[in-house]
Amino acid sequence: MSEERRGWFQRLRAGLGRSSSRLTDGIAGIFAKRRLDEAALAELEELLIAADLGTELAEEVTGRLRRTRFNQEVAPEEIRAALAEEMAKSLALVERPLRLDPATRPLVVLVVGVNGSGKTTTIGKLAKQYRDDGKTVLIAAGDTFRAAAVEQLRVWGERAGAAVVARETGADAAGLAFDAYERARREGADVLLIDTAGRLHNRADLMAELQKIVRVLKKVDPKAPHAVLLVLDATVGQNAHRQAEIFRDMVGVTGIVMTKLDGTARGGVLVSLAEKYGIPVHYIGVGESAEDLRPFEAEAFARSLVGLER
Amino acid sequence: MFESLSNRLNDVFDRLRRHGALSEDDVNAALREIRVALLEADVALPVVKDFVNAVRETAVGQEVLRSVTPGQMVVKIVHDHLVETLGGVAAQPLNLNAVPPVVVMMVGLQGSGKTTTAAKLGRIVRLRERKKVLLASLDVQRPAAQEQLAVLARQAEVTSLPIVAGERPVAIARRALDMGRREAYDVVILDTAGRLHIDEPLMQEVAAVRDAAQPTETLLVADAMTGQDAVNVAKAFAERVGITGIVLTRVDGDARGGAALSMRQITGRPIKFMGTGEKLDALEPFHAERVAGRILGMGDVVGLVEKAAETVDQEEAEKLARKLQKGGFDLDDLAQQLKQLRKMGGMGGVMGMLPGINKVKKQLEEAKIDDGMIKRQEAIISSMTKSERRNPKLLNASRRLRIAAGSGTSVPEINRLLKQYQDMAGMMKKMNKLGKKGLMRHGLSAILPGGGGGFGR
Ligand SMILES: Nc1nc2c(ncn2[C@@H]2O[C@H](COP(=O)(O)OP(=O)(O)OP(=O)(O)O)[C@@H](O)[C@H]2O)c(=O)[nH]1
Ligand SMILES: Nc1nc2c(ncn2[C@@H]2O[C@H](COP(=O)(O)OP(=O)(O)OP(=O)(O)O)[C@@H](O)[C@H]2O)c(=O)[nH]1
Ligand SMILES: [Mg+2]
Ligand SMILES: [Mg+2]
Repeated sequence: MSEERRGWFQRLRAGLGRSSSRLTDGIAGIFAKRRLDEAALAELEELLIAADLGTELAEEVTGRLRRTRFNQEVAPEEIRAALAEEMAKSLALVERPLRLDPATRPLVVLVVGVNGSGKTTTIGKLAKQYRDDGKTVLIAAGDTFRAAAVEQLRVWGERAGAAVVARETGADAAGLAFDAYERARREGADVLLIDTAGRLHNRADLMAELQKIVRVLKKVDPKAPHAVLLVLDATVGQNAHRQAEIFRDMVGVTGIVMTKLDGTARGGVLVSLAEKYGIPVHYIGVGESAEDLRPFEAEAFARSLVGLER
Repeated sequence: MFESLSNRLNDVFDRLRRHGALSEDDVNAALREIRVALLEADVALPVVKDFVNAVRETAVGQEVLRSVTPGQMVVKIVHDHLVETLGGVAAQPLNLNAVPPVVVMMVGLQGSGKTTTAAKLGRIVRLRERKKVLLASLDVQRPAAQEQLAVLARQAEVTSLPIVAGERPVAIARRALDMGRREAYDVVILDTAGRLHIDEPLMQEVAAVRDAAQPTETLLVADAMTGQDAVNVAKAFAERVGITGIVLTRVDGDARGGAALSMRQITGRPIKFMGTGEKLDALEPFHAERVAGRILGMGDVVGLVEKAAETVDQEEAEKLARKLQKGGFDLDDLAQQLKQLRKMGGMGGVMGMLPGINKVKKQLEEAKIDDGMIKRQEAIISSMTKSERRNPKLLNASRRLRIAAGSGTSVPEINRLLKQYQDMAGMMKKMNKLGKKGLMRHGLSAILPGGGGGFGR
């Protein structure tokens, strides 16, 4: 493992470790000296709720433990492993990397999500990783609304060594995406990353604008965009369900990136999203620098969520 | 999964009604549902516990008024307690009682809306308080953060501190205060970089800025969509930085907003404002009753009415009212109503604010009313000739066939639209008595089949 790789690996570990320490303490506290009775199960359920799993799923997961372990004397470690296993089962179904397909050049990746979730930063990180991999990357600054959105992306483009296609504020994002796609084809780029303005999923007009971008891209290639990434902030609560559902219905989300997992938010909603919608999860964000994006790993995520080493 | 509290409670209340009194068992049954509802609304667990206990204390043994059911009584107690916990009916204003330049500092997690809110506040203070405002960005982390604030300041028509590349946050704060004093600014608003509450160096940095700038207001800016983590965040910022108030952003979304209750309860600090959009005029005093209704899943009725009043074109509404007085509601008017509905954010936007949303939603789904249908109906009407629109009686079978082909719809769909139009025209006649105000309120529900809120078809 190279020095640099260990750097971000440890950073992730530190991030996820922090985010799960409270849960870990809780579990240890509950089970250190007790058998798995109703009271213990109730507390366990609450710990899962506090990790944003949602009431229904928290009840279900503890229900599964009740069926198999009720009244047994169990060590905290054991319970943690069992919990992680339950969650990893659901998460494993959505653990799928975002792959470049040599037959599809350029691969068009549209990045969507609510305001401030981390779209632009994720694009910057992705661009950097692709560039480090020797790929050519073009970035379309499709957020033509927010103040200094283009300048922000330009900084990321420079860091990554990727060209940024931009227009003035207020320009038509769909037209810009179309031009960027044409240019990426002309230049033989491997990847085209398209940034979009943050938008709340309940704004029908803004969602229609997003659909227009998709329509325009399909004029060039009916299969485009080849990936539509929904960027979710780990601090989000149950509203993530609405976001996933509506963005999926409107623009056919093909994958999820969960950012800001370096805080104390545990992103437990990802487990219920996996069960409900089965949308693949590609990456997690664990910081603000280019190297702070890493592939989503179901087991690691689940184990880290309950405070276990991987 | 996200059954609204009102639906849940209806079941419990049916049982309660049979009992007819507020015994401890009754209250506990209702409180179990309230607990789940609050958790689903993202209120943090420890806060839910305190809240439920407080409600239990008030509710048990409470005499049930004759005119209400025990269920209604519990809802009222819960609602009132929620409003009170959220800070009561009147929002606390920004505190600007200090020797100028008064310093306001924005803090919070990454992407919560600090920079946007700083500019929104600058605009409000300039307009409403008629004060001279200076905005300064201390964000040396995020790419182009200072440019972002400079652009927003221009839009808000307030000054922003000239950017000096490479300068550290504390130094920027000092320079902002210097300029504030020298050029007689009344208020200096400091925007800071987003930071995690567990990021020790960055928390120390913001504490150092606080010590240097001595802000009168330190506002924690937090997203209404935040989940259980809201307590950890609010607690850490309150302890480490010392906040004086909270701003809840993205209230224009459809999150239930339980984080508001969590943060208010944990910090004891008032929620002063709420952000209701990306534009700079989208900042309002915090409205506890509206947010309480949303947390309880009872719908943001006030918000709906206000949005309707805002969006419905005044002139169009008056024109329609005049026409109705003459009894001439035609298909052009229907088209107009459809357009207005779309402007309000489509069915999704409107429905998110309606009370009893789940029940209504089901009925709407059965009736196949969605944004697609609205668009098809608009297409049908636009495929008609002028005279057909004025006089729908002209629409015989062959004309209907032509319109179906022209609009890419079907004859049954056209028949349905016409039936809906007839129902509405009848309704509208009745509504004449309500006058202009009444029309604006009821125009929306009247365009749904069956009219007048009865969605059963
Ligand atoms: N700690 C942390 N911060 C992140 C992460 N990803 C993004 N951020 C920060 O979150 C903030 C918002 O990120 P952006 O990339 O601008 O978000 P966006 O979705 O493009 O925002 P809009 O375009 O305004 O909708 C910035 O301060 C980023 O540095 C992450 O994984 N961890
Ligand atoms: N819909 C909606 N969007 C908002 C609101 N407030 C802010 N935003 C948007 O949220 C995104 C992030 O806002 P910023 O003001 O850049 O957030 P920030 O906290 O300064 O972000 P960092 O500096 O990166 O930590 C932008 O797209 C804003 O337009 C609001 O009340 N409603
Ligand atoms: Mg962006
Ligand atoms: Mg900012």
